[in-house]
Amino acid sequence: MSASLATVAYIGAMILFILSLGGLSNQETARRGNLYGMVGMALAVLATVFGPQVTMAGVPWIVGAMLIGAVIGLYAARTVQMTQMPELVALMHSMVGMAAVLVGYATYVDPEATKGFEGAAHAIHAMEIYIGIFIGAVTFSGSVAAFGKLSGRIGGSPLLLPGRHWMNLAGLIAVIFFGRMFLQAETIADGMIPLFAMTIIALLFGIHMVMAIGGADMPVVVSMLNSYSGWAAAATGFMLSNDLLIVTGALVGSSGAILSYIMCNAMNRSFISVIAGGFGTTKAAPKVAGAAAEPVGEVNPILAAETAELLRDAKNVIIVPGYGMAVAQAQHTVFEITRYLREKGVKVRFGIHPVAGRMPGHMNVLLAEAKVPYDIVFEMDELNDDFPDTDVVMVIGANDIVNPAAQDDPTSPIAGMPVLEVWKARTSIVMKRSMAAGYAGVDNPLFYKDNNRMLFGDAKKMLDEVLMALKA
Amino acid sequence: MTSGASNETAVATAVVTAPQRIGVPREIFPGEKRVATVPEAVVKLVKLGFAVVVESGAGDSAQLSDSDYVEAGATIAGSAAELWSNSDIVFKVRGPTPDEVALMHEGQTLIGFIWPAQNPELMQQLAAKKVTVLSIDALPRTLSRAQKMDALTSMAGVSGYRAVIEAANAFGRFFNGQITAAGKVPPAKVFIAGAGVAGLAAIGAAASLGAIVRANDTRAEVADQVVSLGGEFVKVDYEEEGSGGGGYAKVMSEGFQQAQRAMYAKQASEVDIIITTALIPGKPAPKLITAEMVKSMKPGSVIVDMAAEQGGNCELTEPGQVVVKHGVTIVGYTDLASRMARQSSTLYANNLFRLSEELCKTKDGVIDVNMEDAAIRGLTVIKNGEITWPAPPIAAAPKPPAKPAAAPTAKKGHGHGEASGPMPVGKLLIVAGVTAALFALVGAYAPAEFLSHFTVFVLACFVGYMVVWNVKPALHTPLMSVTNAISSIIAIGALVQISPLANAAERPNTLIVILSAIALVLTAINMFGGFAVTQRMLAMFRK
Repeated sequence: MSASLATVAYIGAMILFILSLGGLSNQETARRGNLYGMVGMALAVLATVFGPQVTMAGVPWIVGAMLIGAVIGLYAARTVQMTQMPELVALMHSMVGMAAVLVGYATYVDPEATKGFEGAAHAIHAMEIYIGIFIGAVTFSGSVAAFGKLSGRIGGSPLLLPGRHWMNLAGLIAVIFFGRMFLQAETIADGMIPLFAMTIIALLFGIHMVMAIGGADMPVVVSMLNSYSGWAAAATGFMLSNDLLIVTGALVGSSGAILSYIMCNAMNRSFISVIAGGFGTTKAAPKVAGAAAEPVGEVNPILAAETAELLRDAKNVIIVPGYGMAVAQAQHTVFEITRYLREKGVKVRFGIHPVAGRMPGHMNVLLAEAKVPYDIVFEMDELNDDFPDTDVVMVIGANDIVNPAAQDDPTSPIAGMPVLEVWKARTSIVMKRSMAAGYAGVDNPLFYKDNNRMLFGDAKKMLDEVLMALKA
Repeated sequence: MTSGASNETAVATAVVTAPQRIGVPREIFPGEKRVATVPEAVVKLVKLGFAVVVESGAGDSAQLSDSDYVEAGATIAGSAAELWSNSDIVFKVRGPTPDEVALMHEGQTLIGFIWPAQNPELMQQLAAKKVTVLSIDALPRTLSRAQKMDALTSMAGVSGYRAVIEAANAFGRFFNGQITAAGKVPPAKVFIAGAGVAGLAAIGAAASLGAIVRANDTRAEVADQVVSLGGEFVKVDYEEEGSGGGGYAKVMSEGFQQAQRAMYAKQASEVDIIITTALIPGKPAPKLITAEMVKSMKPGSVIVDMAAEQGGNCELTEPGQVVVKHGVTIVGYTDLASRMARQSSTLYANNLFRLSEELCKTKDGVIDVNMEDAAIRGLTVIKNGEITWPAPPIAAAPKPPAKPAAAPTAKKGHGHGEASGPMPVGKLLIVAGVTAALFALVGAYAPAEFLSHFTVFVLACFVGYMVVWNVKPALHTPLMSVTNAISSIIAIGALVQISPLANAAERPNTLIVILSAIALVLTAINMFGGFAVTQRMLAMFRK
């Protein structure tokens, strides 16, 4: 295959990738979108393999590596549980990051790659390698840390080292210093030392950055790492002068950036403040918000049987799931209850907060897995005005996203965060294991409202009881 | 029993032995059909540790037999005298008659509707008996915690419902509009004056029967509640706030009353049914419906005057009677709640049970009239013979009745398809300036080759932004996993390097091949895994 033909194939792949992302804009076209992505990827890989840069000697290596990867990848995709999706996605980001690092090193040690580069071109090429490896390394270690947090191998609370901002700043200065050294290096071996040093700093930086972020901010982290993996690919593209990599990397990078932006907006926080550290750091002080902010009254506990009674008598029910539902694996029982109620003519809808769960769209995937039809699953903005007409709201394992303090109490750490206004419903039932505060560490006045009932216990167990009581 | 102890006079409530007995006498007020507890509540009271004694026949008018009570765990007392003398606590609906007061003994506790303001003599008699009296009507209603004990509310709800039923009974037509083979029936128009608990219950009941419901209240904040129950809020054309605190209305100014009369006159001439619920605490009911207005109503119309006991909202109301004046039936029943004895007894029994819970937090069947507790303090009108009514106002109501000042609802829609407002000009200028400077820097130093790639990069960022902005939030996870799969395009980087080059002697072929092969394995995992898991996820989304 000639170089021109390969380039044309690359253009085809780019178009397919753009169509792929466009296809995901709604459920009807989403599967086709994924198909476009696969075709585009196959086209790009085949065009490269049969292109001028791959010789026959490389083919066995390619086939072997691809086969190993394919087997592992397909196995993981088939066996992963939907509740583990955030972990899987984080792990996959780390692979892109690692690959970027490896390709960067391979390019650097390859004297053929720099042939014909003079002066500024050579400096720019070296800088591309340097930046590419830096982004790749940060993505890799950050994703591994995120994976650890999401899978529970590392505690979810933010790790806050003293003077962590200064440490980051020092790291950045060191990276720039080594970068200068790297650019001035005469031989490849000379450049290796600063390159290695920078890689280690980048790895530490990635871990440190993710460790400082609390579990409730994980949606931002996951989408941010998604974005980074794109930028890593784009940087590799610059390094190899490959437009396909640049375009694809930019697509992925900007998509992740938009998701991060949406997530930050949904928490009414700036991107910088999320990255700079989790809740409970700068927010520890306003605990002295004054007596007015303290919730008054007492909580009204309720039993599963009474919950079933309320649901049976309701005409309009909204279910608000949160991370607790994912932890308890309760989505299937939720669906059973939904189906029972719908058969009885009760209007059941789901209200999803943008940051519910541990990654963007987490709840939607869980509900889809449990066979909940997507046309009764609504976004916050779509049904927030309907709560006054709702008889019963079931809040399953969610806390901060239904906290009225976000609207009523300007001193609250989560003030201004858009929340689901469940307290406007006639009755709300909050399912929770205990009275512990939510991730933000903020007490929730919802629990003390007269029209709120608390159903304590493990979400799955309690919902099973509710279902039994409903069917009895 | 307490009667045996000689020192009970000193500390009557402190030395009582458990379990205390709750006595429920038959209501002897003429026409009163309610009873202060029902079998379901007896079960719960027994769980709290109390013994329950019910006078024989107490529940008869509410269709509750003695055997129902026995089954629930109560014992039956043959006569009122036996019951009163054997009870430590007496649950009643109506205040006691002088005869009943005579049966009381020192140290006893009485709970019921006493209306201390209206019955000063009764208060004196009870105080003389050295008893403790909790008047359920004196409950501080602004305490949110007290709502479960609020018998006024639960009785008003029953009355409001019943008022509609009485109106329907006296009204000779359908409530809902119908188009039948025999012709068209217009829906009844109902006007409800006062949207308190009773008024709201009436609105709900009338609306669910299919009538067109309009309602008015001097408190403008109830308009939303009226609408939520299916009514239409009729405003008085005059600016004045009528909230008098504690959930009641206050007396309005003359100008307002004039505008209000005009509105009532207009409604009277239009509607078929008027239900009035307007009460002002401690004052006779306001006369809202004049004889003139009654005359202006269509023949066959109905007025249900729920304020009849306090003199009535209509000039022509005769308390306790149904009269027909100018062709309009005026229902002046004062016992609407009692006319649904079973329902109102159940609710009242639950209110008293909730109160018992508050009084007996230890669940050992002994009550503790804790005067530190704001709710109980308000209820207690006589403590061991000492009149403690009226209670001092509660220092700081936990929730002001008025709505808190507009909360800072910074609703930034996270916007799909809509940006969160244009950027301020200043900020925009800074961003534009920085971008221009960066571009100038790149343009000044970078070679042409780099710039062409840079062009592609910038354009691709914008394409990505435009495409992804339309993605539904529900598909964010699939989007991430598909972009993740696509980002394994980095495999191309490994592919172009993996082939060992024979003619380049300086090239560390083995090292490059190994690095590239590892990278290729990683990206392949990502590529296949990413697309496969996306496919799996998308297959689950169904309608």
